[in-house]
Amino acid sequence: MNDSASGREAAAANLDPGRFLPVLALMWRIRSFEELAIESLREGLVLGAIHPSIGQEAVAAGICPNLWRTDLLLSTHRGHGHTLAKGADPLAMMLELFGRAGGTCGGKGGSMHIADFGVGMLGANGVVGANIPIGVGAAHALRLRRAGEVAVCIFGDGAVNRGPFLEGLNWARVFDLPVIFVCEDNGFSATTRTRSLTGGPGVVARAESLGLPAEAVDGNDVLAVDAAARAAIKATRRGEGPRLLHCRTYRITGHTAADQAPYRDASEVEEWRARCPIARLEAALRMAGVDQARLDETREAAQAGMREVRDRARAADWPDAAGAFADVQDVGDPAARAF
Amino acid sequence: MAGTTYLEAGRRALIEEMERDGSVWALGEDLGRGGVFGQYRGLQEMFGDARIADTPISEACIMGAAVGAAMTGTRPVVEMRFSDFALCAVDELVNQAAKARFMFGGQMRVPLVVREPVGMWRSSAAQHSQSLEAWYAHIPGLVVVAPATPADNLGLLKSAIRCDDPVVYMEHKNLWGLEGQAPEGEHLVPLGQADIAREGRDLTLVTWSAMRHVSLLAAERLAGQGIEVEVIDLRTLWPWDREAVLASVEKTGRLLVAQEAVSVAGFGAEIAASVAEALHARLAAPVRRLGAPRIPIAYAPPLEDRARVSEDQIVEAVQGMIAPAPVS
Repeated sequence: MNDSASGREAAAANLDPGRFLPVLALMWRIRSFEELAIESLREGLVLGAIHPSIGQEAVAAGICPNLWRTDLLLSTHRGHGHTLAKGADPLAMMLELFGRAGGTCGGKGGSMHIADFGVGMLGANGVVGANIPIGVGAAHALRLRRAGEVAVCIFGDGAVNRGPFLEGLNWARVFDLPVIFVCEDNGFSATTRTRSLTGGPGVVARAESLGLPAEAVDGNDVLAVDAAARAAIKATRRGEGPRLLHCRTYRITGHTAADQAPYRDASEVEEWRARCPIARLEAALRMAGVDQARLDETREAAQAGMREVRDRARAADWPDAAGAFADVQDVGDPAARAF
Repeated sequence: MAGTTYLEAGRRALIEEMERDGSVWALGEDLGRGGVFGQYRGLQEMFGDARIADTPISEACIMGAAVGAAMTGTRPVVEMRFSDFALCAVDELVNQAAKARFMFGGQMRVPLVVREPVGMWRSSAAQHSQSLEAWYAHIPGLVVVAPATPADNLGLLKSAIRCDDPVVYMEHKNLWGLEGQAPEGEHLVPLGQADIAREGRDLTLVTWSAMRHVSLLAAERLAGQGIEVEVIDLRTLWPWDREAVLASVEKTGRLLVAQEAVSVAGFGAEIAASVAEALHARLAAPVRRLGAPRIPIAYAPPLEDRARVSEDQIVEAVQGMIAPAPVS
């Protein structure tokens, strides 16, 4: 056993079950929500495309419980986990995926545009990297209003090759904004390996070159993500400016739920399944003295809750079609002369 | 009323709105030095560098940051320097600003104004001269404004800043020095309301931005020939004042649109088609459009002029529509 492994065991033995049982429950809710969403997609009930984050739950669950409800979060097309973790109602989210009345966005957005401003979740985004300037702007507004909140902007490894990544990180440094960037690195830019598309040593070096403190953590270890996120959020909230966390993780599903991911070996997927972030947290909790029955109860309660959400979504009504003309804009008639 | 310029009127509008509403702020390149044309002169001294923010040359981030800041309780005024540069920020404007309110189910609004100086000006060539208003008029969620006079630049910019929708605000670079009168007190021009710049019974000439002034010169000349042209300055392209245009064409029976933009798929096509659909039976002549040919704008004046709609062209077009040439 090497030093870091024994260090982890010691940390696990000291961890506070009172803090991390809810984190485990959150991770199971995310996992179960997405498994049911994939099942529902196959049944034709979830529409369009969904981008599951199965295997990546430790990022959402390591970061978001350290945020205030009024802190701001910007997410990606692969954003179900982040949104749930920020406190959005899973039923409203499932209704949104089903395109039904009562969805977070009234059925107008779907999976890629889930947002819940009531819990500071300013939106998933269908355009890779587009949430970076928006997150920076949200942080800029916090600064202008002298608010005590921070903004967290999560993006994937593909986003670091887009211009808005450079522009946004530079901006955050220049204006010294309260924003934490999180690169949730699952290794793939859609269906191509990011390392084959990326020059230089990677995202941490890119952030550091722009003057942002940056740190890499094991994105499948929720304890590590939690510790790094806590420290980063605390520093940024104290006025120490922007920083970046690089969370290395892996996507167990394809790019979308329909992608069979023939571009990788089954053995690679199995290797990462063995590093399942949920199983690792369970192991840590067992080591801290939590018994298996408690862990099983946590899983079963989360799964039962999500099944109920799915069942209620199945029974829900479609939105009123007149909604297609609502919330377009105040000025001008959106129905104008199309027919 | 007091004498002012188009530039000074825009500057005054921003000052008044920033004084009125502490959530209004401006961001863009070189604003601390007054902006590229001087339209922000002295504002950083008045309001500080937090509310008149000098930004990196990062158009995508300028626009994107404005979207994020608009969603979260402030009212940013974005300066894009030249409308051509705003093309570096089209995702942020079209995919994000214009759609956020709708796709998030009305949870918030994006009250931002993006100032995009447009048009031909002093041999500025292909990347500093364009009029791309039709692109934005095509996008649900956006308001598109193109003021032509000092009073309208004052009243429309103030209305745009107060509007809760994202507004593309296109000031014409060749008009900065244009002198005119503007009311001394509070002056708001409603978005979506055209201005009948000149009344006439024989033909409706619909125009906007700098072409208003060319159109008025042509109308004056035509009046000397006994042809009374009604000149309508749309002022706002989305929503455009359909009622004012249709009422005028009902009266005159003729429609000509004069625009600086490329005529093909330009906004004039929307007006021409709308009038043809609604008033076909009332038309005494086919509708006509004048606009630029489908060429990039050149640098040398004789070449640049080929992209310009001239007073002569308008006069000829009107004469042709009033007395159509016999078929030979």
